[in-house]
Formats: sequence, structure tokens, C-alpha cells
Amino acid sequence: MDSLQNAFKGTEAQERELKEVIAKHKDTPGCLMPVLQEAQGIYGYLPIEVQTMIADGLGISLSEVYGVATFYSQFSLTPKGKHRISVCLGTACYVKGADKVLAEVENRLGIKSGECTPDGLFSLDSCRCVGACGLAPVMMIGEDVYGKMTPDQVDKILDKYMQEEGGAES
Amino acid sequence: METVKLTINGIPVEAPKGSTILEAARAANIEIPSLCYLKDVNCIGACRVCVVELKGRNGLVAACVYPVEEGMEVLTNTPKVRASRKTTIELILSNHNKKCLSCVRSNNCELQKLALAYGVDEDRFKGEKELTPLDTSSAYIIRDNNKCVLCRRCIAACKNQNISVIGSIRRGFATHIGCAFENGLGESPCVGCGQCIVACPCGALTEKSQTAEVWNAISNPDKKVVFFTAPSIRATLGEAFDMPIGTNAEGKMVAAIRRLGADSVFNMDFTADLTIMEEATELVERIKGAGPLPMFTSCCPGWVKYVEHYYPEMIPHLSTCKSPQQMFGAVLKSYYCQKNNIDPKDLFVVSVIPCTAKKFEVGREEQRTGDYDDVDIALTTRELARMIKEAAIQFTDLPDEKFDDPFETATGGGLIFGATGGVMEAALRTAAAMLDSTCELVDFKEVRGTAGIKEATYTIAGTEVRVAVASGLGNASELIEKVKSGEKDYHMIEVMACPGGCINGGGQPIQSDSVRNTVDLKAVRAKALYDADAKMTLRRSQESPVIKMVYDEYFEAPGKPLAHKYLHTTYVERGRF
Repeated sequence: MDSLQNAFKGTEAQERELKEVIAKHKDTPGCLMPVLQEAQGIYGYLPIEVQTMIADGLGISLSEVYGVATFYSQFSLTPKGKHRISVCLGTACYVKGADKVLAEVENRLGIKSGECTPDGLFSLDSCRCVGACGLAPVMMIGEDVYGKMTPDQVDKILDKYMQEEGGAES
Repeated sequence: METVKLTINGIPVEAPKGSTILEAARAANIEIPSLCYLKDVNCIGACRVCVVELKGRNGLVAACVYPVEEGMEVLTNTPKVRASRKTTIELILSNHNKKCLSCVRSNNCELQKLALAYGVDEDRFKGEKELTPLDTSSAYIIRDNNKCVLCRRCIAACKNQNISVIGSIRRGFATHIGCAFENGLGESPCVGCGQCIVACPCGALTEKSQTAEVWNAISNPDKKVVFFTAPSIRATLGEAFDMPIGTNAEGKMVAAIRRLGADSVFNMDFTADLTIMEEATELVERIKGAGPLPMFTSCCPGWVKYVEHYYPEMIPHLSTCKSPQQMFGAVLKSYYCQKNNIDPKDLFVVSVIPCTAKKFEVGREEQRTGDYDDVDIALTTRELARMIKEAAIQFTDLPDEKFDDPFETATGGGLIFGATGGVMEAALRTAAAMLDSTCELVDFKEVRGTAGIKEATYTIAGTEVRVAVASGLGNASELIEKVKSGEKDYHMIEVMACPGGCINGGGQPIQSDSVRNTVDLKAVRAKALYDADAKMTLRRSQESPVIKMVYDEYFEAPGKPLAHKYLHTTYVERGRF
């Protein structure tokens, strides 16, 4: 399922850092949560390679690690893009049509909520209230806030980030 | 022991401090229905079926996890309790795939039993049902999550085995049971013991049924179909026909298989004897210096796969003997075919075994002696029972019949292979006589019983022989760690993957929690084997005339080249993840 672009690209330095984290927590009961949190801090997400290293290091089964990693929404199994898009699906945004905004972003990028584009440029998530209900529906890209969103604005906003990228590369 | 006094439904009850309401009630013969609870396996208070009322308290509590207190007044049968249980069962059924008529667990399903008892409306709540595909990736177990009630008994059983390849994934409505990264069981380091199946209260876990292939072979005029049955089957098959647990139904079992259309029905105790001849010889050689020691038994395919996945460094310690099932396959497709002028391709070999891991074992390439599998199909006790029912054979009315020549006779040593400690005792009986021809010892009672780990030391012909026996892979790994650290030092260790051994295997008839609560299946079923052993005149494997025959006519002697070619095997290193 992973495209080549999303293949695991962990470095030796990251692996060393993870091993230190495991060694630090190993003998503490209930250490899986802090290890997963710090591992996500190191890698940005928790792919099978990272979870296997954790299971091996802590002497527990991969299915136990995976169970915890999929239980808490703070953990991500997919890499995050350079630009992280969050569409708020809190009550106010939802009644103002945020689901249609989310659907349009999914459609435009060809990914589902929770996934990352193959080029690693965008990742898409939905979130609950961002505290800007007056601007509902709200979409965030990185630190940028877009309020009173409608599906037809999605193209133009995404184009801006894509062009920035194109400009930087050329 | 400190106890507390309480009342349950007004009946005074005294229970050990720290025990749960459920334990106290069941000890006093007051039944509280439960679903996720399974004695000795799972106790997590998840399903809320066992709720009870406590006088003076508002909410209901889960009896399986709530500890007893002095002066507590428990009510297990009030309108509030009954209504709560009914709603809980209706909610569990709301997204359950209710294809009960054709479910293999129909009539033996704890959920169905509860639904009937509480008069539920199975369609009261129309839950969202998303049909998930079955996991058929392994050779032995099928998982159907559409019938899963999320009780987590399978997870607990797998964890008890120190394997934990299955777990709970995601949360809320998305919660489901499976392997890491949604991989199939067949791609995981599962050893196939099947303890998850016998822990499952309903039809979410079943063995991969192969009865259709056996029926096809039986109706094919070009195939000669031979069955052989493992030692423990006689002690458990009767349960599938409502006979009391622990009934030795050997004669009816043979009669039933014959009536299914088998050309011959053989006794696998014979190759248990053969295993002992080879294994005792190997042990004596190892002790004389060929090493390495301790030698682990290799007759349990779940245990063998466990070593290959989790302790590959111990592979040289595994006996090279094939399991009795695989030895029988090899004997049939070599010696038996040659003697009877049968082309091995026309011989269809069916083993009946208490085990799901044996379904994996039959397909292992290292086990082959020709370009075909030596055993064609391995059927669990449950599958055999289903075939007997399908053929409308009235099992309990059958006459007792005998196994077929030439593999009819076996010794008590082979018979007790089905219980934890049995392989060790059989090996000791034979090894003792090999080392000291005057030795008359046949009862090695120290290695009997249902304890997870047993140890004994015997002095045979002036030599001290230290042995250990483990059943349940959690116990086995505890023992391995002690051997690796040097804390313990043995000559021989017997391991059976399932707690109590094959009589409690993953392919045996499934008994519900309410039965397992009062009957120790491991002890009662094993008793049927030991009782039969005690009555036998031939109790040591080397005394069997069939053993003498196959060595004289074919294999020459234990450990000789031909015996090695057909009766021994090799192992492969597999990953932990």
C-alpha cells in the first residue's frame, strides 16, 4: 500500500536515539506510552519498522504495541506531510458544512483523512474544535487559519502551497 | 485462610477474602451468567453480562471482578439485573452476524445460550454492520470478526501462551481483534496451538475445516483411505455426543470411523511407541556425549514452531524425532505401501488429532519423505465429530470395535502421550530398561498431574537422570529461561504447548465457561488415559509386537540410517515478528 515515496526513511541517528529512549524507560512499568510518544517525536510517526524496534527493545509483542498505537488518536501510523491540513469537524464547523470542505480536500489531493500525499507535501486530518467557532467552518494548514471556508475555495488555497513548493524547487 | 461472610440472594456464604462475587457464588453453587469471563484465562469485567445488585448501592456491579466484602448482600436475580443483562445481550447482538443456523458453534455457543435464556429480541437494536473479510491466511485457524463479541478471551489465551500475536486494535466502534498492522494470522509468529479457539465463546474462531476433502477421498474409488487417531481422541470424542467428560470411547470411535467409510482405522499409539524408541535412543546417545543437553521433546508441533520463532538458539536441543503423526505418515507411505503393494499416491492418510498446529505440521516441507505430504489431512476431534453427525451415525449406540491390523496394538507408554508428562514417563520407562535391563519400573508418578511445571530426578543404572515437564508455553518459556541462565540443569525436558497437554488441545471439543468452572478438563480427561494404561499388560514401548515388526522388517533398529531417513526431521529458524 505504501508508495515508494512513503517508504520508511529512518536514519541511523534516529535509531540510536530510539534505542536510548527504550533503554531509559525499559524497566518502568507502563513504559509503552512514553516510549511511543518519544518515538513519534523522533520519527514524526510510528510505522511498522519503528513499532517492531519498540516491541523488540521492550520484549513485548508487536500486537501489544500496535494495539496501543491505534487506540490513542495522538499516535499516527502514517507520515505527516510538509504541510499539515486540519479540517475542524467540531459542532459549529460541522453545522456550517465542514464535512463538504473535508470531502473537497480529500477529492483534490486524492487521499483520505489521516493519510499523506505520495510526494509528502500534504497530510490531511480532521480535528475537533480549534476555538475559532466565529469563523466556522475552519481549516488550518500548518499555522495558517482559513475561516468561513466553502468547498470552492479549496483549490485556490492548495494551489498557493503547491506553487510555493514549485518556486522553491526551480 | 482469611474469609468474609456475605449473603447471595439471602443465602449465607463464606468466601476467601479477595475472591470475587462470581467465584464466591459459583463455589456456593449459585450460577451467575457470564460471557467475557473464563476461569483461569480471562477476568476483565468487560461484557457486563455478570452484573449483580448490591443492597444499599445504586448501580450494578460486574460480579467477575468485584471483590467480596464482609456483610455484603448480593442479589443476582432482580428485575433490574435481568433487564440489564437482556439489554446488554441485545446490544452485543446488534452488530453480530446472526447466521446461527449454519454456525459450527450452534448449540455450543455461549452467546446463543444467553440469548435464549433471557428471551432477547435479536433485532431490537439495528447496529451498523460492516462485513469484514475472514482471516483465512493460516493453515489451521479461521477468524470471523463478524461473529466476534470482543470478549478478549482469545487475547488472554494467547497471552497466557506467551505469544500475544493477537490483540485489540483501534477503539470504540472501530475496535476489532487481529494481528499487528492488520496482517493475517498466517503471516504472524502464531504457533497454531488453537487455545484461542477453545477460549472463544462463539463462532468467531474455528479450525480450518477439511472434512470436505476427506469426504471426497472416501468417495473416490481410486483412493485407499486410512485413518489413525491420536492417543487423546478416545478420551474426548464422547463429549461431542454428550457422554460424560473423561469417558474412554475408543471402541465407539473406531466403529464410527469405519462407518464413515475408512478402509482401515489405525492406532496412533503405535507411532507414539515408535517415537519413544527413537527418542530414548537419541537421549541415551546425547547423554553418552553426543549432546547437546537438555534434550527437548519434539512431538508437539506448536511447541516446535514456538522454538523456531522465539528461541531459535535452542533448536539443537530439540529432539530430531518427528512427531507420532508424521512418523505414522512416513511409515504408511513407505513400509506399509511397499508391503501391501500400494502406490503411495493412491493412499490417502487422515490423522485425527487434538490439535490445530498439526494442520500446519502436515504441510511442512522438511517432513516429506517423497514428493507428497506423508499425512494428507489432519482432522481435529471436533471435525471428526461433525463428520460422524453428518453421516447420521448414532455414536452412543455403536458397538465397541478394535483397530485394524497391523497397527492395532500399542503399549501404555504410547497411550499416555496425550497428557502432560506422558511422553516423559513413556521415555523413562523405555530408557530405564535400555540402561538397565533388570529395571522393572513403569510408574513415574512424579511427572504426572496438571501442574504447569514438574521436575523429577531418577537414578537409573547408577546414573542420575534429571527431567522436567512443562505444559502451556508460558511455563515452557519460564523453564527455558532457567535453563539458559544456568539456574536449572536437566537431561530431558518434555513440552506440550497446550495447558495439560493434548487432552486439552486446541482441536478438542469446546466446553463452556460454566463447565470449565467446575470441571478440571485437564485432570478428568487425563484420568481416562492413565486408567487405561494401568490396565494394560504392555506398558513399555519396546514390548510392543508392532514395534518389533517394523524394526525387524524395515527400519532395522532405532537410530539406524533408514530410521533416520523416515522418522527424523530438521527445523527452520523463523522470525519473532
